[in-house]
Amino acid sequence: MNNAESGTTYEIIDLCLLAGKIMLQNGAETYRVEDTMTRMAASLGFPGAHSYVTPTVILFTTSRTEQPKLFRIAERTTDLQKVAEVNDISRRLSQRQITSAQARERLAQVDDAAHAYPVWLQIMAAAMAGGCFTMMFKGGFQDALPALLVSGLGYASATYLQRLVQIKFFAELTASFLIGLLAYLFVQAGIGKETDKIIIGSVMPLVPGLLITNAVRDLMAGHLISGLSKGAEAFLTAFAIGTGIGLVLSFVS
Amino acid sequence: MIVQLITSFIASATFCILFNTPKRMLFQCGLAGMLGWMVFLLLDPEWKSVVATFFATVVVGAVSQIFARSFKTPVIIFSVGGIIPLVPGGLAYDAMRRFIEDDYNTALEAAVQAFLLSGAIATGLVLSEVLGQMFRRGRK
Repeated sequence: MNNAESGTTYEIIDLCLLAGKIMLQNGAETYRVEDTMTRMAASLGFPGAHSYVTPTVILFTTSRTEQPKLFRIAERTTDLQKVAEVNDISRRLSQRQITSAQARERLAQVDDAAHAYPVWLQIMAAAMAGGCFTMMFKGGFQDALPALLVSGLGYASATYLQRLVQIKFFAELTASFLIGLLAYLFVQAGIGKETDKIIIGSVMPLVPGLLITNAVRDLMAGHLISGLSKGAEAFLTAFAIGTGIGLVLSFVS
Repeated sequence: MIVQLITSFIASATFCILFNTPKRMLFQCGLAGMLGWMVFLLLDPEWKSVVATFFATVVVGAVSQIFARSFKTPVIIFSVGGIIPLVPGGLAYDAMRRFIEDDYNTALEAAVQAFLLSGAIATGLVLSEVLGQMFRRGRK
């Protein structure tokens, strides 16, 4: 492919970095990000490109002469729609179905796109999930109903607080404190029987179960730095939730 | 059992809404989660839960691979939804709570269990991926 068609080296590097950034920010696995970036570079005429990806930073270089470029990732969420779309764009790019200019345009659109589901629907979903988890952990219907309310409120407060304070730890701690308190109050009021069952179902939407699994998976794939830092992130979240609930329990007992 | 299946279906599907899975994939995600939870429930009484989780994850992985190929989307969309019911989030929370309550023995037990379970899930996912690759190469 000649340069006039695919743009300058800088533009290609930027294109690959943008794709990598979107994927990493939205919860793709580390190895998939690296793979996509090098593949995109290869299809644009840089077969020897290298990328090094950790949860907080992307390093990317196309050749021996070019300076490696660095991209810092500050916040991470899970948005599988975006991961799927970037995947699609990179596949089309390597099959020459779209040009690099079109790819850049589409990537920018994906990057700017908002969450597909409105916030109220997310809160409803978290509520449903919490109620269902209580049932799955062998709680009865009388526990699932309060869990439905508690987990919805818990998730809503976590999202709201995160927007307010920008510190994930604090938002999670407060939300789980609220969950513990509400669960206790519901049981005291006679709605629901076991505080424990209600709490465990309700914290599930907050709990970093997926992060723990991804961390182990990264470790097994040899991405040691990614694995350890994801593990640390998961530990912090679990610690926040445990502290929040523990605080309530130490007050009431 | 039926209640368990229905709730695991809803739990996986609604969790996928939080992860912003495309709308037309929600049903399949719920299905993957339900299948995994079914395998887990069937195996759990006879074997240890780590082993049960491992086999359940292999099933989830296989189902996700099939879905991913037939709907032309990355595997991660289905596997994430599928392992949601199996993931030891409750245990991780329980471990932390026990630590804070100074109940270190139970806490360590739960933490190790959570770690082993996530190891089992990760191994199961990797195994199903490797099996999928071998299967495809074998056919060529």
